[in-house]
Amino acid sequence: MAMIRVLSLVLSVLSSVTLLWTQSGECNNGRRSADAVDTDFSGFSVPLEHSFEVDDVPRFRLRGALQFRGGREQGVYLSQNQLSEKDRNTLKDVAAVDGLYRIRVPRVSLQVDRQTEKQSEGYLTTFVRACSLVESHLSDVITLHTDVSGCVVGISIVTIPGSCRGIEVEDEVDLEVFNTTISVVAPVTAPVPETAPYIERMEQEMEKKGKNPQEQKSFFAKYWMYIVPLVLFLMMSGAQDQSGGGAGGGAANGGGR
Amino acid sequence: MAWLVVRLAISVSLFYTASAVFEDQVGKFDWRQQFIGKVRFALFDTHSQASKKLLVATDKNVFASLNSRTGDLFWRHVDKTGPEGHIDALLMYGQDAVVVAGNGRLLRSWETTVGGLKWETVLDTGSFQAAALVGVQDFVKYVAVLKKSAISLHDLSSGSQIWVENLPDSDTVQYQTIYSGGNGLVFVFGVVPNSHIVIVEYKIEDGEIMNKKSVEAAWMSSLESSCTVISSGILLCVDQITQSLYTLLLQSAEQTEMRQIHLQTLDLEVASGFQPVLTSTQPNPAQPPLSEFFLQLSPDHHILLQLKDGLIVPLRDFNPSYLAAFATSGERTVAAVMSPKNDTACSINLFSADTGRRHLDTTIIYHMDPNGGKPNRLYVHAFLKKDDSVGYRVMVQTEDLTLTFLQQPGRVVWMREEALADVVTMEMIDLPFTGTQAELEGEFGKKAAIQDGLLPMVLKRLSSQFILLQAWLAHLWKLFYDARKPRSSVKNEVNIDTLSRDEFNLQKMMVMVTASGKLFGIDSKSGTILWKQYLENIEPNSVFKLIVQRTTAHFPHPPQCTLLIKNKDTGLGNLYVFNPIFGKKSQISVPALPRPVLQTLLLPVIDQDYAKVLLLIDDQYKVTTFPSTKNILQQLQDTASSIFFYLVDSSQGKLSGFRLRKDLSTELIWEVVIPTEVQKIVAVKGKRANEHVHSQGRVMGDRSVLYKYLNPNLLAVITESTDTHHERSFVGIFLIDGVTGRIVHEAVQRKAKGPVHFVHSENWVVYVYWNSKFRRNEFSVLELFEGAELYNSTVFSSLDRPHPPQVLQQSYIFPAPISTLEATLTEKGITSRHLLVGLPSGNILSLPKMFLDPRRPEVVSEQSREENLIPYAPEMPIRDEWFINYNQTVSRVRGIHTAPSGLESTCLVVAYGLDIYQTRVFPSKQFDVLKDDYDYVLISSVLFGLFFATMISKRLAEVKLLNRAWR
Repeated sequence: MAMIRVLSLVLSVLSSVTLLWTQSGECNNGRRSADAVDTDFSGFSVPLEHSFEVDDVPRFRLRGALQFRGGREQGVYLSQNQLSEKDRNTLKDVAAVDGLYRIRVPRVSLQVDRQTEKQSEGYLTTFVRACSLVESHLSDVITLHTDVSGCVVGISIVTIPGSCRGIEVEDEVDLEVFNTTISVVAPVTAPVPETAPYIERMEQEMEKKGKNPQEQKSFFAKYWMYIVPLVLFLMMSGAQDQSGGGAGGGAANGGGR
Repeated sequence: MAWLVVRLAISVSLFYTASAVFEDQVGKFDWRQQFIGKVRFALFDTHSQASKKLLVATDKNVFASLNSRTGDLFWRHVDKTGPEGHIDALLMYGQDAVVVAGNGRLLRSWETTVGGLKWETVLDTGSFQAAALVGVQDFVKYVAVLKKSAISLHDLSSGSQIWVENLPDSDTVQYQTIYSGGNGLVFVFGVVPNSHIVIVEYKIEDGEIMNKKSVEAAWMSSLESSCTVISSGILLCVDQITQSLYTLLLQSAEQTEMRQIHLQTLDLEVASGFQPVLTSTQPNPAQPPLSEFFLQLSPDHHILLQLKDGLIVPLRDFNPSYLAAFATSGERTVAAVMSPKNDTACSINLFSADTGRRHLDTTIIYHMDPNGGKPNRLYVHAFLKKDDSVGYRVMVQTEDLTLTFLQQPGRVVWMREEALADVVTMEMIDLPFTGTQAELEGEFGKKAAIQDGLLPMVLKRLSSQFILLQAWLAHLWKLFYDARKPRSSVKNEVNIDTLSRDEFNLQKMMVMVTASGKLFGIDSKSGTILWKQYLENIEPNSVFKLIVQRTTAHFPHPPQCTLLIKNKDTGLGNLYVFNPIFGKKSQISVPALPRPVLQTLLLPVIDQDYAKVLLLIDDQYKVTTFPSTKNILQQLQDTASSIFFYLVDSSQGKLSGFRLRKDLSTELIWEVVIPTEVQKIVAVKGKRANEHVHSQGRVMGDRSVLYKYLNPNLLAVITESTDTHHERSFVGIFLIDGVTGRIVHEAVQRKAKGPVHFVHSENWVVYVYWNSKFRRNEFSVLELFEGAELYNSTVFSSLDRPHPPQVLQQSYIFPAPISTLEATLTEKGITSRHLLVGLPSGNILSLPKMFLDPRRPEVVSEQSREENLIPYAPEMPIRDEWFINYNQTVSRVRGIHTAPSGLESTCLVVAYGLDIYQTRVFPSKQFDVLKDDYDYVLISSVLFGLFFATMISKRLAEVKLLNRAWR
């Protein structure tokens, strides 16, 4: 709990500086290697790897395979293995020392026509705290984010629930099978200023105005029949008061009477 | 009816947000300072004796006239930035100033008294080489402009082109300078490097080539730096390698090679590695130049020489001397020479040019600022005194862009700090308490309470109360004393010793870092420069990072700022630690940074001296801490697993996250790669560390609460597409959690282009882009909400927030281009936010955030009215009363800095660019301040009246009761 509190304080990350990555970083689309003839047009698969070590040095092992269904709807399925007895124990040990559970996927493009099979020139990695994975009984949500061209740019993993309360997971069976929800998220198209509906609405207002002149009459035009008698009444009562005073105004009113 | 409601809602909302200054508030809490930049050309108006004009042209493409008595601007013209507005040459004759701008694109003539444009001519294309005034028979009539391949002559009074001629062999010969001595000819000098010089003579009337000759000069590489024309048409050149002077009579047919004069014969020697410089003077463009000239042999050695009967005679040797310049008044030409006097001062003396004799009583002592740079330019204004002797004033420009105007015997008439024309970054620091306030603070300090017993504490309390009483009495006495004096003399000078925090913390210290490497401490109330410090060995225009490690709140520890700078020689980072109030360099030892620094990180972890810890990450991902005491290292070890940071490599499109390990090494924990062939990262911004959000959510029309997604670790990453075609270009927005690397939201603005300006604050991001389809600027706002329920209401952790936020977005048309964008900031975040938009016109618009709300409804409903939402309109209004700087425009506004004050309603704003403007804004009006015209008399008289009325009526009631009892 204390750690979480500190966390919220942390990360006051400042300027962005760039330097020194010699490795070329591009999405491996459009480049087929010589032996990539087995491209399946109905889809393809990439490995999903994970790593959890007590000493916190990443050693990635295969967790499962992501099956992409090409075409319009970018469907994705994850076929994954059960955790072995040894892995379960390691995971519990890692959780006990508050280590990290990391996953990674190679950088691929999801568009079938551009797709080549995986290459080892770059991975996208992310992590979740091992304890939260254990406490959520291996139920995690993995999201792959793509850019406009369909190239995977990032991966994220969360567990539900995401907290670490220190609950002991007794049942070994709970840590055998992953209960994973996986999805691919493409960027949302941001809205532009909506001029057309606005103008339409304005026009409707104008039309309404034209059709129903009664509605748009001014306050005085609507209620003149009440206002005029009221004013007359007030004037008369005023004149009565003043008539005794003998002022010029009073005389004039008197003439009116 | 609905329309009426709509209009009503708009007008009501405007009523709440309208804010402008009243006429009598002008200048009350705002100020503006105008700058010009680094002076490249400066000319004194010698047309009349009484003239106060000083014309300057600067590297910021500014052409201005200064009052030489006060240093104020008479007028200023700001041209376009970049090479388009670059001022190539400035010439003055009489009342006219001729300017060549935009690499020889435009020739303009200005009237110098009011700064009006007399005429403007567009010149032919071709890169500019030189310009000169051309006179015929003692009368200057023309201006000649030399381009790479052509020369043109223009009439000085109308700008019309007299003739234009192509230069012969311009593809092999580099034509560089131009000369005219008033004899009806214009000479153009060109050089073929390391081969020969070409001299072409043109007739002024029609541009006919009268003569063309080439002279052998195998040693010459460039004319401009090593040659000049002296006497009646003698070309004089100097060469460092052969250690010789060369002369050539221009109008003689028989001389076909240059005459060599060894410097040895004059007992002179050029310092090794120094390019010698020749300076001659031509007081009147219609007459030939003088036969005297300066030869600079080393950075601090000048010699005045004369050419007499074909012989070069030394007139006076100035060793040592920093700067030398000629000046003419009437018929007399003088030379001013600046020589070092001692470590802190220089003396400037006047010498007669034709004899080299020193004028008596002409010494000006120039005191060098110990915190400033060395003088590097000297401009002399000579004038004839009543007794016919020559008097003079000088303007000295130093490395740190200070202009100092001096007159005899060394009085500084005025000073301008032109480094402030290029502010890179700034911070606003609270001023310290006065001694008495600090005393009180100290009394209740933790340490004191532990050390002292009960009795000393009581005594201490009594003594501090006594001090307070004393201070209050002194204050009263001062008030009484000031009240008797006339109002004008009361205005007390701001002084570094009298600086103290005011009641509402409205006065602060502005620490400004400029591109030239000079730091300034400026009082925010008056704009007075309180301290300045020039940092040498800094690469100009490099990235600076200013970090406030300790604020003023930790008395008796002084506040501490750290500046990360780049060394000019090594290119490595360097820490400069200083006290932001007094500008003094701190004595704290700083860690050496042997490797380039990629990222800096200020942690909330503090050491026993209350300084926050600064982490510096180098290119091998090693972490250096500053300060690095044992206590700090211990604390860092304890919290290492929760310290995360990120790095951005925009050339690879890579964002990566790291975590600190216990041994202060780092480990890579996440990576996001945005392919660079599709889009490139242009900017990454987190949230400001000192930002407070008061309300966790928004109350909806149906009384439910929509909770904000307030992730302090969220980064807004803006990308631009590499494809710039107007149909396919786009701007990408990624919201990434800086701890886990999770992409929280990803959006694409299609048919959009940069430059993108954006603000990231609270739970929203506002960005501005150029819509390439409709060709207009558009605003877009993204707001993030958790929904109707908070996942964990007590604390936010990036590691435990599994549900993605709801994202709402809306866009609007903004009918003006934008230079910069910033959001207001207040102490507790209760006040509503405004966006401060810097416009290229120099205005600063305070735009209510209310107008940038993605929940603005299309159709008005009962609930949206309840929430006070403005109905959606695609176009953003701009109202004149929203301009916070009324007519005080800020030229080329580049940044806006906002800082909270002690009053919740008030936000301090500093806009900087070429000018600096400081003001206060009140986004929700001054709800916590009584108005200036608040009627104290009325309210107190009503109060007292009511009080007495109660007393009297009570008495009357008693009497009545008594009477009734007797009855």
